[in-house]
Amino acid sequence: MSHIEIRDVSLVYDTPAGQVPGVQGVSLDMRESEFLCLLGPSGCGKSTLLNIVAGFLTPTSGEIRIGGKAVNGHGTDRGVVFQDFAQLFPWRTALGNVAFGLEMKGIPKEERDEIAFNQLKLVKLEKFVKSYPHHLSGGMQQRVAIARALAYNPSVLLMDEPFAALDAMTRDAMQRLLADVWRETRKTIIYVTHNVAEAVYLADRVIVMTPHPGKVKAEVVIDLPRPRDPLSVEFLDCQKQLLAHLGETHQVS
Amino acid sequence: MRDGVPAISAAGLPAPERWIGRGENARWRVIARTAFPFLVLAAIWEIVARLEVFPRRLFPTLEEVASAFVRLTLSGILPHHAFDTLVRLTAGFAIAAIAGVIIGILMGRFRRAEDIFLPLVSIAAPIPGLAYAPLFLLWFGLGNFPAILLVAFVSAFPVIFNTWTGVKAVKEIWVRSAQAMGADNPKLFRHVILPGALPYILTGLRLGLAQAWRVLVGVEMLAAVPWGLGWMIFGAREFLNTDVMLSGIVVIAMIGLALEKLVFEKLENYTVVRWGMMS
Repeated sequence: MSHIEIRDVSLVYDTPAGQVPGVQGVSLDMRESEFLCLLGPSGCGKSTLLNIVAGFLTPTSGEIRIGGKAVNGHGTDRGVVFQDFAQLFPWRTALGNVAFGLEMKGIPKEERDEIAFNQLKLVKLEKFVKSYPHHLSGGMQQRVAIARALAYNPSVLLMDEPFAALDAMTRDAMQRLLADVWRETRKTIIYVTHNVAEAVYLADRVIVMTPHPGKVKAEVVIDLPRPRDPLSVEFLDCQKQLLAHLGETHQVS
Repeated sequence: MRDGVPAISAAGLPAPERWIGRGENARWRVIARTAFPFLVLAAIWEIVARLEVFPRRLFPTLEEVASAFVRLTLSGILPHHAFDTLVRLTAGFAIAAIAGVIIGILMGRFRRAEDIFLPLVSIAAPIPGLAYAPLFLLWFGLGNFPAILLVAFVSAFPVIFNTWTGVKAVKEIWVRSAQAMGADNPKLFRHVILPGALPYILTGLRLGLAQAWRVLVGVEMLAAVPWGLGWMIFGAREFLNTDVMLSGIVVIAMIGLALEKLVFEKLENYTVVRWGMMS
């Protein structure tokens, strides 16, 4: 049985200008521990789809099942990481942020602090447990956000362009770190990005989406051994393949 | 990065980085710079008093004010007045703070509460607090009760307004993150909305306290309370005791400064400044 089933999901936005289709007829299946990238230009509905899976948006039609259970609103079976650094709570230390989900579950302080500490260690921030977010760099804040989303042990991790606002060098380091974290935790990950190289580096499978309305255009399996070498010929071939799919639909007119 | 202490600039003082690292000497210079305008003011005052631009009785020298201040303090009269005023202030302001924060949060979170309270608050808030005083005195009699009630009523408005604004300004992404991590509504309130709105709430409390002072000193002049700084100042007028009046004003200033430095600044440094939500 697949871990995540997305069945013919559509979402229509009601705007003053009329009804605008955000996502149209998307169907997907994901197996356990799969790393899936949603790739596409802005406005293609990839973030909308992620927000539907997260339960922040309710689809106009269609259904989503996770582990066989229909998704209805947000739930702690999914962890979410956003692009915005401001997602961390400034009034909590790194440890306090990571422990938040566990605190909501009612886990005793000592236990949740220990779990949170281990999560911070996983993202290599064990030296910064007591720091407040405003004392951390953007990359560090995003790592805290990843640790926070993993701490209460959801089976699915949803990531909405988490590294898009970082500089190129930090982004590369973060992608390597995320690949390590994924290898260790074996979460099922849906990762939204508009960066082709990022998708090829991280994903088992890339879903290319097209805008107006947001639809699945193509599906590309990235069957390269890990850790991947972004300078290898195979890597560049995958990028070319994805760019070709994007190019057909994303011509600037 | 970790030891980066946020720059805390005390009201009226130059930013610390200008003197940090230059030792004791530099610290004295800051004190001197802060004291300078007050020394100038004192000198002008003294000149005006000594030239007897006004009759000496109505415009005493600083020495006379100081001696009245010491005399009234040692006799216990001034502390008694100040204590009664502080009790009323604390009681009235505590009611305003609690009620104001609760109403403000409800208005910020629930459409229905906003629809009901916002028009009322908008109309009532700009009315000067003392305008209500005669009504309160007629309804609730003389003495402490109407004074405390009026202080509570009037100083609640800035607290309500700022709390409401603060709740509205809580970032949606915090709420989403918290919900994704399983926070239900009560927990969301306590762990996200309240700390998220705190910078605004503190501002509201500050403004509310200033409002409380204004209306309290005023209403003490009207409410025929036996003790209280407002009453002391007002009563001294009968006997042209300007030195007593000025002593009362000095005490009000000192209490205000102490509340700012010892309560609000401490509270801010411990919370929103430490969190980087305010510098």
